Amino acid sequence: MSITRVLSAALLAVGLAAGPAAADDASPSPSASDDSAAPTQAGTSFRTATEIDQGQQATASGSTGDYLYWSFPADAGQRPDVKATVKLPDSHAGQTWQLDVYDGLRRRQACQYGAQTRTAAQGAASVELACVMRTVRAWSEPWADDPLPGTYYIRLTVVNLTSADLGQPVSAEVKVDSKDIGGSAAVDGSLAKPLVPGIAVKSESDGVSSSSTKSAVLSSIEPDDGWSSGWWTDRWVWTGIGGVLAALAGIGGYALTRGSGRPRGV
Amino acid sequence: MIRTHRPAAGVCALLAALAAGIAFPGQAVADETTEAAPKVELVLDVSGSMRTADIDGGTRMAAAKQAFNEVLDATPEGVQLGIRTLGADYRGNDRKEGCKDTAQLYPVGTLDRTEAKTAVATLSPTGWTPIGPALLKAADDLQGGDGTRRIVLISDGEDTCQPLDPCEVAREIAAKGVGLTIDTLGLVPDAKTRDQLSCIADATGGTYTSVQHKEELTDRVGQLVDRAADPVVTPVATEGTDQCSSAPALKSGLYTDREEFGQQRWYKVDVNPGQELRASVSVAADRAVNADYGVLLRAVTVHGREIVRGEASGLGRTDVISTGLRYPKAESDDDDTTPETVCLQVTNSFSAASGVKTSPGLPVELTVDVVDGPSKASDVASFGLGRGWWLLGALVLTGFLAGLVWGWVSRWRVAVWRTN
Repeated sequence: MSITRVLSAALLAVGLAAGPAAADDASPSPSASDDSAAPTQAGTSFRTATEIDQGQQATASGSTGDYLYWSFPADAGQRPDVKATVKLPDSHAGQTWQLDVYDGLRRRQACQYGAQTRTAAQGAASVELACVMRTVRAWSEPWADDPLPGTYYIRLTVVNLTSADLGQPVSAEVKVDSKDIGGSAAVDGSLAKPLVPGIAVKSESDGVSSSSTKSAVLSSIEPDDGWSSGWWTDRWVWTGIGGVLAALAGIGGYALTRGSGRPRGV
Repeated sequence: MIRTHRPAAGVCALLAALAAGIAFPGQAVADETTEAAPKVELVLDVSGSMRTADIDGGTRMAAAKQAFNEVLDATPEGVQLGIRTLGADYRGNDRKEGCKDTAQLYPVGTLDRTEAKTAVATLSPTGWTPIGPALLKAADDLQGGDGTRRIVLISDGEDTCQPLDPCEVAREIAAKGVGLTIDTLGLVPDAKTRDQLSCIADATGGTYTSVQHKEELTDRVGQLVDRAADPVVTPVATEGTDQCSSAPALKSGLYTDREEFGQQRWYKVDVNPGQELRASVSVAADRAVNADYGVLLRAVTVHGREIVRGEASGLGRTDVISTGLRYPKAESDDDDTTPETVCLQVTNSFSAASGVKTSPGLPVELTVDVVDGPSKASDVASFGLGRGWWLLGALVLTGFLAGLVWGWVSRWRVAVWRTN
């Protein structure tokens, strides 16, 4: 009797602990914001990069030879996946397009896989590029260039072309999705502020400013649901379940050697 | 059952605390540098060749006029727009006179649409193509104010006023002023015009577009004017020195400088204990440079010890090469709160063919942020927590063994008690 009661209580506790985890996992962190229209132009430098949300399909028209810049937020535990499609003019010679991702410190970020550079054959209608980044970590040593939570920049440009193709009209589409890697990427430590350029200037003037028109900041980017606090990981659930299972196993082992009920003869 | 209610309440409280933590990330909207109005000047080539009728059946001039009319209608509020012409007045054959022929058709200021349109309607294609002098004058027109400044140059032919190379002129203009961009549009351009216009655009971080159709012209000019209306942080000009001791002291913000090929630039930043320095640097290639290049940013103590470095190298066509670094200064044990002076050294490994001018230097953009330091990791995993089936297996096994031992011990104790 007592064992079954303990067992059910333990199971209930586990269920309660796992509940929030399940709820947390179910809500997709990078949800497309439906209320705001997707941007239809791109910036031309880090400073003027157009800010996009994850899940948004941003478009832009430009000329062959332009350097097109967008920026997006990425938080700890996400593995961003950047996709770009460039629609090329009707007639052109072979040209090579490239997609580069930079972090908030303007360091170039490696792509795990995806065709980051691709050559469009003569007359091809479009070229598709992709970059699957490394998982964003909450903390890394200052000497490492691991991706950290903050702003990320996308630069899309043609890197090899015949000069006759320069200035021809092209249009580009960019979309950033991300895979939630979850607890396996949950590291210890955290940054005081996400790696958003100009954040020190921004927070300084926060107290002073109150009313104005459009303002200029280097990057005002933030995920839809804010930056994660870094406290929650599914490691709590694993460790908790582990503890409960260990307790149950302990009870089992105890019951095995101690025998049930009173020792005979007492 | 009471026992199970308590953890449930605890979990709820924990959840509420977590939710509150997420709900107040402690960041309000944004700051506002009381930004002056952005200024745009459209510079239109009104040389004789604009009479050529090869854009959608109409003349180049007609296409430009129509584009201007539509753009003037769509100009965003708050943009100060001006129009300058080149080659509009002088009909003669004297090159010297022809190359001075640039006039302000509509002054840079708050836009009166009807007036501007009337001015545009009077234009008729006439003279030479003095692009260089027109750009110089246009830069003068845009002087003053803190807002972004943009010149949109529309031309159909190359500059006829050599030896003043408009490309060099553009670079000089960009070096003199902060935040001035020249975008160029070529109307049915030949190879020479294209090279020249794209060179002008590259020299200032602008864009070059080749126009074959009327709508393309309208769309593009409209897009460029709109772009000028977007608020952008204006960098502060600074001048790095060749050693740390005399370097300018920087605070959080955005800075620009110029750096020649192979030159070093030093800056310094004060970092308090417990703060983190974030610096990033971009060196732009505003002229024809060799295809492999790099940039190095080092954080060095005043005694010359390197703390951390950021480095990047690249290959092929580029607008900019950039890198960055982070330096969290550890919290000091005692009450010593004197800030440490960190020297930042910027070098580039751009190179150019022998004919390329080396001065003014390449544009450098430096971002400095001094923020609170990170909370250090004491373990690889978050809070040292575990995860995975191996963890569960290990815990179950340990628990089971502990239970066995405990059961055996208690059995043994009962046996001992019984014998006594």
